[in-house]
Amino acid sequence: MTKIRKNRKAVVNQGDCVACGCCIKVCVLKAIKVEKGLFAKVDEDKCVGCGLCARECPASVIEIKEVE
Amino acid sequence: MKKKWYDYLWIVSLIYLILGFFNILFAWLGLLCFFIPLYIAVTKSTKDYCGYYCGRGQLFSLLGGKFGLSRKKDIPDWMKSKAFRYGFLIFFFIMFFVMLFNTYLVFSNAQDLKQVITILWTFKVPWSFAYQGTLLHPGVAQFAFGFYSVMLTSTILGLITMILFKPRSWCVYCPMGTMTQFICKLKNK
Ligand code: SF4
Ligand code: SF4
Ligand code: SF4
Repeated sequence: MTKIRKNRKAVVNQGDCVACGCCIKVCVLKAIKVEKGLFAKVDEDKCVGCGLCARECPASVIEIKEVE
Repeated sequence: MKKKWYDYLWIVSLIYLILGFFNILFAWLGLLCFFIPLYIAVTKSTKDYCGYYCGRGQLFSLLGGKFGLSRKKDIPDWMKSKAFRYGFLIFFFIMFFVMLFNTYLVFSNAQDLKQVITILWTFKVPWSFAYQGTLLHPGVAQFAFGFYSVMLTSTILGLITMILFKPRSWCVYCPMGTMTQFICKLKNK
């Protein structure tokens, strides 16, 4: 039996991300990084969907979404 | 989270801005904010300068965050569009080269040193109080006045968008940020 767990995760709209890295330091769990200077990437294993990064992101390209 | 040494670089940015009111020649140090991010982007193909070291970004997040000087609203869509970001980068560079040309004119003695700071590429503010002469050529001072104008203008724009939108809104259209991302795009093809 598998239980479906709903989780909240940060999801980056990478096409509009300006790679400014403002999200990196606000994440206490170090779950978000800027990959190769191109866009931010979330480590889904670490992210708890707290939304700190989304609030900080000056381009507002991070959304907190429910994932399974 | 434990603070690292580079979390205090906002102090350097602040001191830089203050020094320009006392001796304009310190403006030359601002070249570091140009060459370090470019060096990191070209050699490491990352934007680690933005993510970890940029003192200007830290200053905005401090003023807009801890000091609450920001409405923390979303930036309008057009400001984060590629057209605006790259358009602003090009405009910024054209104005930068105009500044370099004026410096050249002073170096070649075709023009006299103008002790003014130009804010927002338009408003000329007398700035002779921060100039006590130089042992070098007046062109050295002309570059300092020009470069400090660039730095002050971008700080003012950054402060305006910090107040109106999110603290680090400047980072969305910062020419250095756009340019380093562009370099990373080319290099990480
Ligand atoms: S703060 Fe926003 S725009 Fe900047 S790197 Fe993070 S997700 Fe991208
Ligand atoms: S939502 Fe919270 S945990 Fe997830 S990346 Fe953003 S700041 Fe980190
Ligand atoms: S985008 Fe500009 S102001 Fe923001 S961190 Fe990068 S270099 Fe600094």
